[in-house]
Amino acid sequence: MSLKLGVPSKGRLMEKTFSWFEKRGVTLSRTGSDREYAGQVDGVDGVELVLLSAGEIPRELAAGRIHLGVTGTDLVYEKLPRWEQQVQQIEAMGFGQADLILAVPKSWIDVDTLDDLDAVAAAFRARHGHRLRIATKYHRLVREFLTDGGVADYQLVDSQGATEGTVKNETAEMVADITSTGETLRANHLKILSAGPVLKSQATLWRSRTAAMSAEDKLVLKQMLALLHGEA
Amino acid sequence: MPDRSDIRLRAAQLRADFENAGALVVDPPLLQPAGLLLDLYGEDIRARAYVTSDGLRGEQMLRPDFTVPVVQMHMRDGAEPARYTYAGEVFRRQEQDPDRANEYIQVGYEIFDRDNSAAADAEVFALMANSVAGLGLRAATGDIGILMAAVQGLNTTARRKAALMRHIWRPRRFRALLDRFAHRVPVPQSRQALLSTEGVPTDTGVEIGKRSRAEIDERIAALREDAAAPPIAENELLALETLMAVRETVPYALEQMRDIAVDLPSISTALDRLEARSAALAARGVDVQYLDFEVSYGRTSMEYYDGFVFGFYAETRPDLPPIASGGRYDALTRQLGQGTEIPAVGAVLRPDLMLILEKASS
Repeated sequence: MSLKLGVPSKGRLMEKTFSWFEKRGVTLSRTGSDREYAGQVDGVDGVELVLLSAGEIPRELAAGRIHLGVTGTDLVYEKLPRWEQQVQQIEAMGFGQADLILAVPKSWIDVDTLDDLDAVAAAFRARHGHRLRIATKYHRLVREFLTDGGVADYQLVDSQGATEGTVKNETAEMVADITSTGETLRANHLKILSAGPVLKSQATLWRSRTAAMSAEDKLVLKQMLALLHGEA
Repeated sequence: MPDRSDIRLRAAQLRADFENAGALVVDPPLLQPAGLLLDLYGEDIRARAYVTSDGLRGEQMLRPDFTVPVVQMHMRDGAEPARYTYAGEVFRRQEQDPDRANEYIQVGYEIFDRDNSAAADAEVFALMANSVAGLGLRAATGDIGILMAAVQGLNTTARRKAALMRHIWRPRRFRALLDRFAHRVPVPQSRQALLSTEGVPTDTGVEIGKRSRAEIDERIAALREDAAAPPIAENELLALETLMAVRETVPYALEQMRDIAVDLPSISTALDRLEARSAALAARGVDVQYLDFEVSYGRTSMEYYDGFVFGFYAETRPDLPPIASGGRYDALTRQLGQGTEIPAVGAVLRPDLMLILEKASS
């Protein structure tokens, strides 16, 4: 047995995760070829690196197949109902900041608040015979936010990528998506509603509450957390 | 948890009782087309019902209740008047509370009758009351029709009334709208800015999406009109607020509401209906003198009910959902009837919860 640490397998999120651990005396690295998802951990014994898509890390933590994992708060909240029971937040890592926001066409000059959105959704449905479509991959978070805000007559349509383009393509009337600078939104003639954000997210280190641990693993975890908190 | 076979046995007994009361047994399919339910309940239903799909029929839902399929069936080929009963599983997706069942058996009784709504209301209520007699439950009753009549009668624009009606079942949004229409809260800055510009705004950037420029202009015109309309008068607002807070036994509630009707005369017909219903209940042996009545009852959980609503609760077990609940849903038959409609009232029982309570008291 060893303690399994799941980190994003590619891109800037992986690089920033690696350097965050490096600063705390734990060196993560990928081994083998560029295409092979294998890695190693130096600086602390008994830890195994598991490279995963950031989107799969919440599920793996909840299932207890990894003990620690790095992924965004957005993904944990969206994918794990009652997440507090399944994972514990250990550390907000200070990068990968992004907001889950609601955005409408910039030409909708009459829409800024949830109140506006609700009124427009009602009128849109009456006129077009279907509910106002919101393209997103964050179904649960957006639905909870809109229910809480008393918005009706909308419908979520699934969009796993290029979400900002759905309005121009008329497969949705507006979007709910993650943004850090708002650049892509502006380029696609969209503006952010003042209500919100639905969620502020950043890369976070989580501990699984369900993963089985040997006495040895517990010791390793303790050492690891001490290192990460700068107590070693 | 009681044994499944015991629950089934109890469900069969209750259904047989309802059959003896004059109902026809119906057995709608477990899978319901998702489109219809989504149309009725909106996106919220996805959080409450299990969705599945295949390539041929598209999205289907495991039935979250029997009412919708029974109404559809009746509107398609039912005789009039009609009484139906059923027993079977319903499925509710649970994301917040692991102690709530995601699958349970309901036994129901529904009446479609044009002639005597008060008698039909009383019949359903009394049948449920008899079925749960001996469990020591508290009955809660209400009438969504009273609040609806109050809103319809407000001295304000049709648009404002429509907005309030749309949110009768969302008390928080209803409250926010009311505050805005009464000018109790400041106009949001973005709207102030929008309305302070003269004429039709130009230079609004690239137009994309299905919502047209004409629709946007239309809404701005509507907002201008609303800004110019006087606020809902203070006496009406106070009367409405007093009305929403009424919580009394039926005779006292009626007395209070007759007073409120001085400022909100539009509720008088709804109050006459409540009185007729109370008389019908009394004729069926219900002790109306001590029956609780709450104007706001059923506003959060019973979306399609638009008249009489009720529920039976175990006071010793506040963690349990109502053991029996039901109400009137005339508007639902209008929505599903494609041009036709018929007054309807119904209720469901939870045999599993009845067994739990019986076991605890024995």
